[in-house]
Amino acid sequence: MTKTQSLWNHGVKIGAIGGVSVLTISLIGMVQMFGKRFIVADFLPMGVAIALILTILTAYLAAKKTSIPDKSIQLANSVISGLMTAGVLSMLVIIGRSIKLRTVFVEASPQLYNILTGGIQGAGGIIFLLGVGLLCGVFAGILILLNDLWRKLIVNALATVFVLGLLQELIMPILKAWDLGVTNYIAELFYAMNGLTPMGAILAMIIFSIIYLSWYANREKIKKGYGDLPKETQKKTKYLGLLILAIILIVLPQVLGLFLSEVLTIVGLYVLLGLGLNIVVGYAGLLDLGYVAFFAIGSYVVALLTSPQIFDFGLNFWQALPIAVICGVLAGVILGIPVLKMRGDYLAIATLGFGEIIRILVLSDFLKPWLGGAQGIGSIPNPNFFGFHMVKPQHIYYLLLAGCILVVFISLRLKNSRLGRAWMAMREDEDVAQAMGINLVATKLLAFATGAGFSALSGAIFASKIGSVYPHSFNVFISINVVAIVIIGGMGSLPGVVIGAAVLMGLPELLREFAEYRMFVYGVALVVMMLLRPEGLLPEQRHKMALHDEPETEAKTAA
Amino acid sequence: MFQKWKDRVTLTDIVMWMIGGTLLLMCLWGSVSTIRAGLYTKSHWIDFVIFGLAQGSIYSLIATGYTMVYGVLKMINFAHGEVFMSGPFTGYFLAMAMWRSEFLDKHPIMAIIAIFALAMFISTMVAYLVEKIAYRPLRGAPRLIPLITAIGASFFLQYLFRGLYGSGINAYPDVQILDGFWMILGVRVLKIQVIVIIAAILMMLLLYGFIMLTKVGKAIRAVSEDKEAAALMGINVDAMISTTFIIGGMAAGAAGVLYALMYKQVHFFMGFIPGLKAFTAAVLGGIGNIPGAMLGGVFLGLIESVAPALFLDGLGIIAPYQLKDAIAFWVND
Amino acid sequence: MALLSIQNMTKRFGGLVALNALNINVKEKSIHSIIGPNGAGKTTFFNCLTGFYRPEEGEVLLNGKSIVGLSPDRIVHKGIARTYQNIRLFPNLTALENVMVGYHVHLKSSFLGPILGLKSTKMEEAKAKQIAMDLLKYVKMDGKEETLAKNFPYGEQRRLEMARALASQPKLLLLDEPTAGMNPRETQDMMDFIEHMRGEIGITIVLIEHQMRVVMNISDIVTVFDYGKMIAEGLPEEIKNNKTVIEAYLGSGDAADSH
Repeated sequence: MTKTQSLWNHGVKIGAIGGVSVLTISLIGMVQMFGKRFIVADFLPMGVAIALILTILTAYLAAKKTSIPDKSIQLANSVISGLMTAGVLSMLVIIGRSIKLRTVFVEASPQLYNILTGGIQGAGGIIFLLGVGLLCGVFAGILILLNDLWRKLIVNALATVFVLGLLQELIMPILKAWDLGVTNYIAELFYAMNGLTPMGAILAMIIFSIIYLSWYANREKIKKGYGDLPKETQKKTKYLGLLILAIILIVLPQVLGLFLSEVLTIVGLYVLLGLGLNIVVGYAGLLDLGYVAFFAIGSYVVALLTSPQIFDFGLNFWQALPIAVICGVLAGVILGIPVLKMRGDYLAIATLGFGEIIRILVLSDFLKPWLGGAQGIGSIPNPNFFGFHMVKPQHIYYLLLAGCILVVFISLRLKNSRLGRAWMAMREDEDVAQAMGINLVATKLLAFATGAGFSALSGAIFASKIGSVYPHSFNVFISINVVAIVIIGGMGSLPGVVIGAAVLMGLPELLREFAEYRMFVYGVALVVMMLLRPEGLLPEQRHKMALHDEPETEAKTAA
Repeated sequence: MFQKWKDRVTLTDIVMWMIGGTLLLMCLWGSVSTIRAGLYTKSHWIDFVIFGLAQGSIYSLIATGYTMVYGVLKMINFAHGEVFMSGPFTGYFLAMAMWRSEFLDKHPIMAIIAIFALAMFISTMVAYLVEKIAYRPLRGAPRLIPLITAIGASFFLQYLFRGLYGSGINAYPDVQILDGFWMILGVRVLKIQVIVIIAAILMMLLLYGFIMLTKVGKAIRAVSEDKEAAALMGINVDAMISTTFIIGGMAAGAAGVLYALMYKQVHFFMGFIPGLKAFTAAVLGGIGNIPGAMLGGVFLGLIESVAPALFLDGLGIIAPYQLKDAIAFWVND
Repeated sequence: MALLSIQNMTKRFGGLVALNALNINVKEKSIHSIIGPNGAGKTTFFNCLTGFYRPEEGEVLLNGKSIVGLSPDRIVHKGIARTYQNIRLFPNLTALENVMVGYHVHLKSSFLGPILGLKSTKMEEAKAKQIAMDLLKYVKMDGKEETLAKNFPYGEQRRLEMARALASQPKLLLLDEPTAGMNPRETQDMMDFIEHMRGEIGITIVLIEHQMRVVMNISDIVTVFDYGKMIAEGLPEEIKNNKTVIEAYLGSGDAADSH
C-alpha cells in the first residue's frame, strides 16, 4: 500500500496544485474573460488555452519529478495529475451547480461551468471535463517519453500558434496596411475575424516545423561558419544588425496604424522610464518604489511652464524640458539625502511613501491654487520641432526614441566608468564597497538623482503627449509597473528593459480584457521570476561585446 | 580641532539637521498658533486622542507582524498588509450571512467571535502559505530578491481577492451592541473605539506574553538572534519561522476585524495603506523590537489624528485632513 | 618610526569588552602578525582600524595623523586596505572590474566625464585598466580578467581579493587569515607572495593568522591577543617560548579562572 502511494505521490500532489491553479484562474474570472478571444477561431478560446497549458504543464512536472525512471510509471503519474486537475474542477462544477457560490465568489457563474464542461449539462459534462484532463495527462506523458528534439519541436510549434493567435491584432493590421495582393492573401489565409483559422494554425505549425528542423540539421554548420569568419566581418555583421534595427525603429510607426502607434508610444514611454530606473535598481541595487514622484514632478513642471491655465509663463516645450529635468534631479537629491542613509529594504518603503506624499500634496486643496488640485492642468501645447507641430502619436514616438537613445548612451557610458563600477560594487556588497573607498551616500545619491532626472524627462514627454496632467495619472501602479519591467526584463540589462516593457505594457494594450488582471499577473510573474530565474528574461551581459572595447583602445593610443 | 570636524561631519549630516530643525520649528509654530487661535475645544482634542489611540492600536497589532518577521528573516514582509486584508474581507461574507439570518442581532457576541475566528484563520493561512511558497525557497538569497518576491506576493494577493470577491467596497453590517456612546469620566466616547483599544491591548499582552514566556516564544527569539546558533541548539528554524508567520497572521487578522468594525467597510485594497503605516510604526519602534512596534503604532495613530489639526491649522493650511496620510509618511522619512 | 600607532584602544559591545586598552605600534615595511585563540578580538581589531566599528576610547594614528572615527571610505583614502576572512569579492563583477573597483580612490572622474567622453577620463580609465591588468598578472591571474569573480576556485579568489586590496595602493595592508582553507602547497605560495609584496612594493602588512608555521616563518614581529587584551609581543622566537602565550592557547587552570 505504501509502495503504491509513493509511486503515485507526485501525480496526486502536483495534480492537486495544478487543480488549485486552474481553479484560481477560473474563480477570478480569467477563463471567462478570455473566453471571447480565440486563439483558433471558434475552436480554442484563449481562456481555455491557458487552463489547458496549466494542466499540461503540471502533468509534465508530475511525470518529471517522479524519481523512478520507469517510463510507464512516469506516464501514469502525468495521467493521474491531469485527472486530479480535472477532478478539482469537477468538484467546483458539482458544488457550484447545486449551491449558489456566487454570493461569495463573484465569478462562479453558470457560464464558467459551461466553459469547463464544454457546454454539456449533468454527468456528461463531468465526464467531458475528466476526459479532457485525461487527454492533457496523456499528452504531457507523451512529451516526457519523446526525445529532446521532438519535444522541443512540438512545444515550440504550439507556442508559435499561441503567440500568432495572441498577436492577431498586431499582425493583421500590419499585413493589411500594405494592401498588396500577397499580404492580403496571407492575412486571410491565416486569420479569421477572431483568431487564427484552423487552416492557418496547421500551416503555422508546419512552417515552423520546417524552419526548426532545417535549422536543427544545420545548426553546427551555421555556428561554426560564423565563428570562422574573420573578426572584422563579425564586427561588420554586428554593425549591420544595429543598422537594420535602427531602420526598423525609424520606419515602425509609419507602417503601424494609429492604434498600434499609440501602443508603441506607451511602450516607448515605459522603456524610457525603465531605462532610467534600471540605473537605480539594476546598477546601484536601490529598490526605488517612488519613481512615479519624479515622473509627476517632470510632468507638472512642464505643465506649469507651458500651459496658460495657472501661471502664464509662456515657455515652449523645449525651454521647459531642461527645467523639468533639473527639478527632477533636485527632488531626487532632496529626497535622497534623508532616505539613502537607511538600509536597503527601508528604502523601498520610504520611497513608496514619498511617492504617495507627492500625489496627496498635488491632490490637496491646500496646493490647489498652484497645482490645480484634482482637476489638474490642461491645455499643454504640443512640442514644436523647428516649426513642425508634433501632434500625432507617431511624432511623440520619435521624441521618445530620441530620449531612449540618449538614456541608453548615458547608461552604457556610465556603466564602464568609475561611477558605474562603484554602483555595481555597491549592489554586490555595500560594506565591502565602502571598504574600497566608495562614499556610499554620494554614490547612491548620484544613482538616485540620475534616475530621478530620467523619470522627470519621461514625465515631461508624457505631459506634452497627453496635453494635460491629473494627480490620478501618478499613482503607485506606475512605479510598480516600471519596477516590474526592470526586474522581469533583467536587472541591469538594457535589452531586458525593452523586452520587459513590450511584454508588460504592450501586451495588455493589445489584449484589453487583460487590464483587469494586469497586477495579478505582475504579482505572479515577480514571484515566479524570483523563485526560478532571478536574473530576468534577458540577463545583463557581463562579458563586454566587441563593440564596447572601442573607447579603451582609443584611449590607449591617446595615452 | 576644525580639521577633525571636517573629516567627520558630512554635508548630508548638515542637510539632515537643517531639514529636521525646520520641520520642528514649523510644528512648534503651528501648534502655538493653533492653540492661541482656539480653533478646537477640549472635547475635540479628546475625540482626536481617542480616535488616534484606537487607530494606533490597530496599527500596533499589524506592526508586531512586520517586526517579528523582520526579526526572524531580516526581510520586510511586504504582503503583510494583504494578510491583514484577507481575513476581514472573508469574514464579511460570514457577517452578512449571519446578518441576513438575524443571528447577528440575536447572539451578537457569538457572531463576533465567529467572525474573529474565521478572519484570523484565513489571515493565518495566507501568511503561512506565503511564507511556505514564496519566501522559504529564497533563504540565503541576496536581500533584494525576497523583497521583490514580497512585493509580487502583495500584488498577487490583492488582485486574487479582488478577483474572487469582487472589486467593490463592501459595507460591514451594523452590530447593535457596538453602536452608540459611553460616558467615561464625563466624556462622551464612541463605544466601538473603546472596545477596539481594549481588545487590541488584550491581544498585544497575550502575544507579548507568548513570545516572552513560552518555550516556543523563546525559540523564536533565539532564531531572531542567530539562526545558525539556534539550529545548533536543536531548534527547528523553519518551523519557528512558520510559527512567526502564523502568530503575525493571527494578529493581523484580528486587527483586520477591529478595523472593519470601526470603519464598517472592507475592500481588496484596504491593506495597502494601513500596511505601510504599520510598517512605519515598526520602524519607529526599532524594527525587530516587539514592544517598540506596539508603542510606535499607538504613536503613529495619535500623530495621524492630532497632527493635522495641531500643526497644520495654525499654519493656515486649508483642509488639513487631506494631508494626514502625508504626515504619517513624513514620520517615516 | 611607526607607520601605525594604536594607543589605548577599547571597543565594547554592550557589557562585553571586545578590545581592552590596546597599545600596538606597527613599524614601516614590517610584517606584523596578530595571533590569538578564537574570539580573542582579532577581527574586531581589524574592523576598528578600517572604520567599520568605532572604538569607544583611544587613538589610532596613521603616519602621525588620527584616523579614529573616520568612515571606512575615508580610511581607504588615508592608505589602509584589507582582505576578509571569508572572501568577500563582488561576485557578479569580472576579475578586472573587481580590481578596478579597488583602484577607485585614485580615480577622479564622476558623472560628466564618462558621458562626454572627456580625454582626461579616457586616459584615467586606460591607466586604471593597465594597473589592474598588471596587478592581475602579479597575482598570476592574467588572461582571466573577463571571468566573473564567483566562477574562480578558492585559491584564485583569495589572490584576486589580494589584488583588489593592492589596487588602492595602500601604505598598510590588513590580511585576515590569508591562508585559511589552503593546503600546504598553496600556503607556501601565499607566504612567498606576502614576502614578495613587502619586498617589491614596499608595503606594510598586518596579518591575522592561525597557522603557526606561517606566523613563525614570515613575521618580523608577533602580537598575541587573548580576550581582547594584548598578552605578549615580540620576535617570533620569543613568542614561541613565552609562557603566557602557551597558557592562553593550551588553557590552564589560572587562565580559565581569571575569566
